[in-house]
Amino acid sequence: MAEATARRGIGLDWLQPAVLTGSLVPFALIAWRAASGALGANPVATALNQLGLLALIFLVSSLMCTPLKLILGWTWPMRLRKTLGLLGFFTALTHFAVYLLIDQGGAVSRVLADVVKRPFIAVGFIALLLLVPVALTSRKDSPKKLGFKVWKRVHQLVYVTAFLAIVHFVLRVKADRSEPYAYGEILGLLFAVRLIDASRKWRAARAKHRA
Amino acid sequence: MRKLPAEPPGSQITSPEMFARRREFIKKAGLFAGTSALWGVGLSALSGRGQADKSAVPKVQPAPGWAFQKNNAFVVNEPLTSLTDVTTYNNFYELGVDKSDPAENAGHLRTRPWTVQVKGHVEHEQTLDLDTIIHWFGLEERVYRMRCVEAWSMVIPWLGFPLAALIRRLAPTSRAKYVQFTTLLDETQLPNQKSGVLPWPYVEGLRMDEAMNDLSFMAVGLYGNPLPGQNGAPLRLVVPWKYGFKGVKSIVEIAFVEEQPITTWNQAAPNEYGFYANVNPHVDHPRWSQATERRIGELSRRDTLPFNGYAEQVASLYSGLDLAKNY
Repeated sequence: MAEATARRGIGLDWLQPAVLTGSLVPFALIAWRAASGALGANPVATALNQLGLLALIFLVSSLMCTPLKLILGWTWPMRLRKTLGLLGFFTALTHFAVYLLIDQGGAVSRVLADVVKRPFIAVGFIALLLLVPVALTSRKDSPKKLGFKVWKRVHQLVYVTAFLAIVHFVLRVKADRSEPYAYGEILGLLFAVRLIDASRKWRAARAKHRA
Repeated sequence: MRKLPAEPPGSQITSPEMFARRREFIKKAGLFAGTSALWGVGLSALSGRGQADKSAVPKVQPAPGWAFQKNNAFVVNEPLTSLTDVTTYNNFYELGVDKSDPAENAGHLRTRPWTVQVKGHVEHEQTLDLDTIIHWFGLEERVYRMRCVEAWSMVIPWLGFPLAALIRRLAPTSRAKYVQFTTLLDETQLPNQKSGVLPWPYVEGLRMDEAMNDLSFMAVGLYGNPLPGQNGAPLRLVVPWKYGFKGVKSIVEIAFVEEQPITTWNQAAPNEYGFYANVNPHVDHPRWSQATERRIGELSRRDTLPFNGYAEQVASLYSGLDLAKNY
């Protein structure tokens, strides 16, 4: 749809605001359901589950943008990469805030003890921490300020975070791991595309260097 | 004849460029609305789960004229968990793994006629009709706390009869050291048995002295009515000092055995779920703490009690047993 409109010359300035607006829908639904008692018997657990999964979906869709360009030649997803990544960060932050403030009643010491003691919590917490430098360097002038190579390294952390988020998801599940594994497969595929692309570029550069 | 309105001044006439951009604006507005709606709905569908707003109405059949007495020796001095929460927030993996699945998928379960096969080291191996069993003992109501291994809890008024009475009637021999319960195995009635989430059929068991304890209870109803399918109709075990997964549902077989039964969750994840599964705030699940729990209906957590508050009745069963090892 976006590709076609771009060719017709309408422009794509509507795309990013549309995705941003749509991304607020699940938040509005969770808030509305929480207020109306429709989140079920254990609303805190349900809200935590939904926010956590939502954060993972944002991160994976952000990581999807570049591979889509590489494989299909689409450029419009690149307009969404940053927005989706930042949405992932803020959703993860909300997820953690609900855990700390509502689920654990703001008991910071207990949460810290859990972070140290339990891989399940630790993995989720590290995933969130790794996103902080990424979010802080997502300004337009960040690549220039940091130097593109450093900036790229920092932003490759999103792959690590998404992987840890999936581990966190697997550790939470009691028996049916099919859903976290499905996200893991998508992530693996995206990572493979990036690896193949990187090795191709590297070989091309080496060939050029030799010639 | 009326006069035609005055011609607008040239300055007010829309330029052709603006006219063209009007169309562009409408198109963009459409694309914006369509994309944001699709993306929003898609995201919500992918991330939304465990909600009760789909079929929150508890499926409870009216009581078939059961008379019962309230047993005042087994009460909990805390408010009951609402019938809606008790019947819509369930773990019954044979009916789906999400909490709202059992209530949605319980419709296929046919709870009458229902027979229970009695096997193993007993005087007579036999097949018993459930209504016969109910007739033997009559029904009593007991209010118990229920603590799930996932760190949430409820307070539930059960209807049923003591397990000890049933065992005495079935007369196991001295070789019986454990009693083993098995859930119905039937994909048409318990559709998620098609999945390999757990090894089916679900098996649970108790040591003989645990089974003979006064607290051990066979439930056929809750809140004065027959059990809804999602709560383990028509016959389930209730052992309130143990984690909820010991409360095996939709029981079709009771076997008296010599060896410790291979129980389902213990088999699926032996380092996480033990045979005993006694509620213990000091022995954590490897992945999460068991020190606190959320009582369904409350927002903040409360401390979990040793043996779920039933230490006085059952702690002596485990004297000399290392509870950290025998979790």
